[in-house]
Amino acid sequence: MISLNFLYLLLGLLLLWIALLSLFDRTLPNRFAAAAFWGCYALVFLIGDYLPHSLVGLMVVLMALLAGSGALKASVHTALSPKRLHHSLQRLGSWVFLPPLLIPLLTVFGVLVLGEIKGDGWALLDPKNLTLVSLGLACLISLPVVCVLTREKPQQAGIEAKRLIEAMGWAVLLPQLLATLGLLFNEAGVGTAVAALSETYLAVNERWVAVAAYCIGMALFTVIMGNAFAAFPVITAGIGIPLLVMQQGANPAVMAAIGMFSGYCGTLMTPMAANFNIVPAALLELKDPHLVIKMQLPTALLLLAANIVLLYLLAF
Amino acid sequence: MLTEVTQTAIVNYWPLCGVALVILGFVLRLNPVLVVLVAGIGTGLAALMPLSQILSELGEGFLKTRTLPLILLLPLAIIGLAERHGLKQQAQAFIARRKTTSVARFLTLYLAVREGTAALGLTSLGGHPQMVRPLVAPMSEAIAEQRWRDIPAVLQQKVRAMAAATDNIGLFFGEDIFVAFGAIVLMHTFLRESGIETDPLHIALWGIPTALCAFAIHALRLHQFDRQLRQLQHAAVTTASQSDTQAQTDTLSSSSTGVKP
Repeated sequence: MISLNFLYLLLGLLLLWIALLSLFDRTLPNRFAAAAFWGCYALVFLIGDYLPHSLVGLMVVLMALLAGSGALKASVHTALSPKRLHHSLQRLGSWVFLPPLLIPLLTVFGVLVLGEIKGDGWALLDPKNLTLVSLGLACLISLPVVCVLTREKPQQAGIEAKRLIEAMGWAVLLPQLLATLGLLFNEAGVGTAVAALSETYLAVNERWVAVAAYCIGMALFTVIMGNAFAAFPVITAGIGIPLLVMQQGANPAVMAAIGMFSGYCGTLMTPMAANFNIVPAALLELKDPHLVIKMQLPTALLLLAANIVLLYLLAF
Repeated sequence: MLTEVTQTAIVNYWPLCGVALVILGFVLRLNPVLVVLVAGIGTGLAALMPLSQILSELGEGFLKTRTLPLILLLPLAIIGLAERHGLKQQAQAFIARRKTTSVARFLTLYLAVREGTAALGLTSLGGHPQMVRPLVAPMSEAIAEQRWRDIPAVLQQKVRAMAAATDNIGLFFGEDIFVAFGAIVLMHTFLRESGIETDPLHIALWGIPTALCAFAIHALRLHQFDRQLRQLQHAAVTTASQSDTQAQTDTLSSSSTGVKP
């Protein structure tokens, strides 16, 4: 069975390749720091399951310090000469769209066709992570296609991946680190503390207030944390279950669904959700790193109001 | 032992320090990666965890969340190589060859496709490195440029940002109505651990009203964005043509003065 472990291996090898390229790149400032960062990240994917958790934790601290201190710099990248680019444009035409479009098409094929190749107790692709595994396979098949089309060596694909990853900088690490923080928050009892606070200070008998407190709480906490997944356990344990389900008798399925969506409204409004809001600003070379958030803000606020109304109408 | 006592008998408010640390770091505009790291360690210490336990919690959490960077990083090699050989230039040319409609219509169509495919569990069909940077943003820009030549840089940036925003909104409010998505699994598991039994299918179905609202609200906003673009562009063109006429009369007068002597 092809499972997530196969994808971890794939990404681990890509990161290891980037680490080696960085190590021998004399033009790269702080090349040893960069090599250490990408090397650690590669090890997490390649052999993370076999390492003691505390050692992985130590590597996470090291990576966060390297990324957070601004030691990761972009290396010098040589683009195709205008003459060769012109030649490629003439020769390839619209065929250059094929490899990027092949990724989603092959992913669909993987989900719909390869996902059905299974029997009693076995499956070709891990059914629990079908889309992800198909995506990995699609990338693997698209790689030789793009190399043949552009007449480049696979090494060049690695160099181009390095260029795009370096452009993201520290933002590469943030989403995963935030999700980890959410798990740690739960372990440390942040949810219990919020529950105690909301029961003491938010003694609300008014249904409207309880509904609004839950939705706005989810959005606000997501703005702070940058991740609705991290906010959900804290706010649901703190406000959702004691006030809405226990006190007001709300339908928990409706509450959870609309609560998570309220959190997503928060995700649209926060620079902490770097993956969605800051990384694209860098990728699209926007001068204002918060322009994507500014464009999202009205939609997010209107939708949050809509969520409060929907939860009030549907949950009781 | 001490942690257990404080958590069950009297509620321990100290772990909230972590939340405070995140807010503080964010307000001070420190590097977010460092803020999250310090908040994590601070929360653990406040909950009286020994340092070794904090480290192993960090490590375990990091291993559990490894799927997050996968979608982001795996396609980059293919996208990067295609970009090197003119993916962006071709996308712009592709649009320029066609009589396309408007930025709003194009992005609304993309919103529908993105939300629809995400609802089918195909979240990896779009995304910023895969679709927005190489295709959606340049295409939106090309449509805007085709309608109005010499588009001001500010508007160009806004069009790009709107393309990214549309991708986000389509993804967020589509993916949650798919039963096998991680968020549904997370909600179901969390509620079960809190002693509340729910059906994952119900959680997914109750997401549909919000998903429809999200589509309607953002489509309306895109429509408004188009009108705003048109007005700004109209204003810019009027000033530009005024200065053009000014420049023309200048050349005329200078040439005429040049002929005279």
